[in-house]
Amino acid sequence: MAQPYVKKDDDHDDELEYSPFMGIEKGAVLQEARVFNDPQVDPRKCSQVITKLLYLLNQGESFTKVEATEVFFSVTKLFQSKDTGLRRMVYLIIKELSPSSDEVIIVTSSLMKDMNSKIDMYRANAIRVLCRIIDGTLLTQIERYLKQAIVDKNPVVSSAALVSGLHLLKTNPEIVKRWSNEVQEGIQSRSALVQFHALALLHQIRQNDRLAVSKLVVSLTRGSVRSPLAQCLLIRYTSQVIRDMSNHGQSGERPFYEFLESCLRHKAEMVILEAARAITELDGVTSRELTPAITVLQLFLSSPRPVLRFAAVRTLNKVAMTHPMAVTNCNIDMESLISDQNRSIATLAITTLLKTGNESSVERLMKQITNFMSDIADEFKIVVVEAIRSLCVKFPLKYRSLMTFLSNILREEGGFEYKRAIVDSIVTIIRDIPDAKESGLLHLCEFIEDCEFTYLSTQILHFLGIEGPNTSDPSKYIRYIYNRVHLENATVRAAAVCTLAKFGFMVESLKPRITVLLKRCIYDSDDEVRDRATLFLSVLGGDGTVDADKDSKEFLFGSLEVPLVNMETSLKNYEPSEEAFDINSVPREVKSLPLAEKKAQGKKPTGLGALQAAPASGFDGYEKLLSAIPEFAAFGKLFKSSPPVELTEAETEYSVNAVKHIFDSHVVFQYNCTNTIPEQLLERVNVVVDASEAEEFSEGDSKALDSLPYDSPGQAFVAFEKPAGVPAVGKFSNTLTFVIKEVDPSTGEAEDEGVEDEYQLEDIEIVAADYMVKVGVSNFRNAWESINEEELVEEYGLGLREGLGESVKAVIDLLGMQPCEGTETIPSNARSHTCLLSGVYIGNVKVLVRAQFGVKSSTELAMKLAVRAEDVSVAEAIHEIVASG
Amino acid sequence: MELPPKVKNILLLDSEGKRIAAKYYSDDWPTNATKEAFEKSVFTKTQKTNARAEVEVTAMENNIIVYKVAQDLHFFVTGGEEENELVLESVLQGLFDAVNLLLRGNVDKREALDNLDLIFLCFDEIIDGGIVLETDANVIAEKAGINSSDPNAPLSEQTISQALATAREHFKRSLMN
Repeated sequence: MAQPYVKKDDDHDDELEYSPFMGIEKGAVLQEARVFNDPQVDPRKCSQVITKLLYLLNQGESFTKVEATEVFFSVTKLFQSKDTGLRRMVYLIIKELSPSSDEVIIVTSSLMKDMNSKIDMYRANAIRVLCRIIDGTLLTQIERYLKQAIVDKNPVVSSAALVSGLHLLKTNPEIVKRWSNEVQEGIQSRSALVQFHALALLHQIRQNDRLAVSKLVVSLTRGSVRSPLAQCLLIRYTSQVIRDMSNHGQSGERPFYEFLESCLRHKAEMVILEAARAITELDGVTSRELTPAITVLQLFLSSPRPVLRFAAVRTLNKVAMTHPMAVTNCNIDMESLISDQNRSIATLAITTLLKTGNESSVERLMKQITNFMSDIADEFKIVVVEAIRSLCVKFPLKYRSLMTFLSNILREEGGFEYKRAIVDSIVTIIRDIPDAKESGLLHLCEFIEDCEFTYLSTQILHFLGIEGPNTSDPSKYIRYIYNRVHLENATVRAAAVCTLAKFGFMVESLKPRITVLLKRCIYDSDDEVRDRATLFLSVLGGDGTVDADKDSKEFLFGSLEVPLVNMETSLKNYEPSEEAFDINSVPREVKSLPLAEKKAQGKKPTGLGALQAAPASGFDGYEKLLSAIPEFAAFGKLFKSSPPVELTEAETEYSVNAVKHIFDSHVVFQYNCTNTIPEQLLERVNVVVDASEAEEFSEGDSKALDSLPYDSPGQAFVAFEKPAGVPAVGKFSNTLTFVIKEVDPSTGEAEDEGVEDEYQLEDIEIVAADYMVKVGVSNFRNAWESINEEELVEEYGLGLREGLGESVKAVIDLLGMQPCEGTETIPSNARSHTCLLSGVYIGNVKVLVRAQFGVKSSTELAMKLAVRAEDVSVAEAIHEIVASG
Repeated sequence: MELPPKVKNILLLDSEGKRIAAKYYSDDWPTNATKEAFEKSVFTKTQKTNARAEVEVTAMENNIIVYKVAQDLHFFVTGGEEENELVLESVLQGLFDAVNLLLRGNVDKREALDNLDLIFLCFDEIIDGGIVLETDANVIAEKAGINSSDPNAPLSEQTISQALATAREHFKRSLMN
């Protein structure tokens, strides 16, 4: 950046020479520090040396223990000087040196003397220094002075004591808590800052006492808090109280809302912003409550001060995520911010607009963004790209302009993360909007023509291989793919060969041409590329019988059946020998299923990664897992797997949850066990199941877990046989049995001898709902009309339980069916409700239920249940479930 | 949650992004290397913007940074992303104006280095362990700029107003009783 004023340029060379700290060196400064020990203290000189020491520390230089101690001791000598300026520097350096507790003793008496000095500045600073360096025992000695200081008539002293109290509260809460009377007095102070510090400390002291905090807030919201900072603090406390109250089920008019609203008219902008933010963050804020806050923020948007604009647009951006409609009023002001000098503001404005924009404004918005994209940093661009992706999903009809935008920015310069965000967005759009597929794939093809990122190239080639063959004219992609074979590094070439093979396999007409292309790859310089080409040539050259086709298809498009991690370990352990590596020897059980992954199911995966990741758990995962166990392989097709049921309390020694797998004539319990004790290794872990309360079941095979080390979950299985196709119910009690071996935590080795032990688990129940799979229908009425006309209608009287909503939920849970068309949610004051349910019952029988609920009296609820099923006997079974539930 | 507004650091950098004075109040940057890396990225990010007339603001790594530039000095105040930007701004403005007073209007690197002790004292008077101590530039400058020859002089004015305040207080109390 150019020097802003000309004078400097003339003596630029001199300036380079000039700095009081030029060539400063630690050793020399430490030498200079000996001047502190002189009998006649020279305040000027000493101050200069302290400044040098502070400069060194500030530049990140560190002193050894010995050096620090030496400096500290000599600094303490300076207390004999009466020079105020020097004393001030002494305070500062003591804080920076942070002496150890045994050294502190040296200065405490000097500091305590200063604490009672007549000079206000000494009192205030001595308190701050002392409180920074002392421990609990010393604190009790000076407590009396600190309490006095809190109510000192000088606000600087008072603030110093209060702020020190805030810091001390973390280390010595019991002492500071005794000061509340003095602190309370501080709140009444005429000084704005004292009031602020007192309020902060008083709240911290009482923070665990809800009632006290609430009282504090009530009394202060009525009175007048003078300082804007204190007012901000009060707003924060108020929102906390509001949150706590709503947690405790108080309903009706929101308390303190009026106070927050009145703060929107405060004269300090700081307070207005704080209040507006507090309102937008209220739980379940209504649009009526939001309006005044949005109005003041809108005014901020056109402020000449960047900080105000930033604060406002940042808050509105957050509001737009949950209440986009509330923000649309600000759209015009927001649009003018797109060209804001401050790029943070511009980006926030853009993403807000993308969230609140309606279909008609998309094109105009895209035009504005295009001008703006070239001069912002990558991290901002990623934010914009992500916003565009969600916009595209929201307005599928506008995919054309959005896709054009994405392809344009894809062509421009950018880093890896940015490009990946764009590619991911295009992939998402292709997946969600079929019409966008062809143009999207072409954009990706163009991109790989000139793509410097190997990772992205291979990912796109893979994606092309899956999607490309199903397009109207697959041949047009071949050129792009084959170009890669000529121009790229080995990794990309290998990926391109795979993609070519997929085209050749899926599109019969292309096969001869692909074969020719692949033949050329046989002469590639890289082994992997040659190997792949040879392999695919033989696959493509197959005799075309159905069987061979199926194999090849499985080979090209199927996923690896074993977890990659296990495959990797097995391959590492494999030693070259006569015996070939057998993929069947790779364990298929997924070790240590990360919890996050389980939770992340159900969430829609986005981007390229999602296309490849085989589900490790979930229904498919379970199905693979069970079919891999020889004992259970013959059970046939898995009908349903329940979500895991916890069989132990949280935080116990062994944590176990169970999944119920339902087959046509079998039930398999999968026990997921985790050993939470580092000092133990469990072996021969088994679950003994008592089925005496489940008459129709007879115990079958079980599979124990050989060893269960600390913190790596494992699975044991127990199977039961039951009459085929019958929804048998029953209760099973479980006991975990195992052999404990002590583990030496330092070496991680287990002792040879083990002790047998057992551990009681909770019971598992098989209920009727376990035989029902939740399968939604998109149009309930059509489904209802087209299914078996014969319906079974029955009326039931239910107790009213907690309310209509509870009863509806209970029925849904009882049947285990999928509520359709959002009928599981009930308006809070409804007197009647109709709930539509759909599912598939064991034996693959489709079932639809229309349940009408009506409140009969204050304690009674009537339910009319109409069931239509492909098989009338199943409809009867549903009624039986309800009648017995 | 920390309820009182917290300042994570105050930085004073030169026109090449080099540290003149810095004070960190948060454990987010445990070593000098991480501190320098932070200063570098803050500087590069804000370098191209013009923060001479008005305080500017940016967001980075879950932090809000407000900054202002005068001659070859860059002032920064950092807070967490939940922080009220205007509180941070008032801290920055307090710092900036106080430095301006202490350096008698010559806010540039040379003057700042010559009076580094005053800058350090200024930091010390604005924030204590992350908590805002004072934002009024006049008060800060007065407290930091204590004249070594005359210990009570700069505070005298304050003591008079203080005495008046106490007198008023006493008067009020006696009236109320």
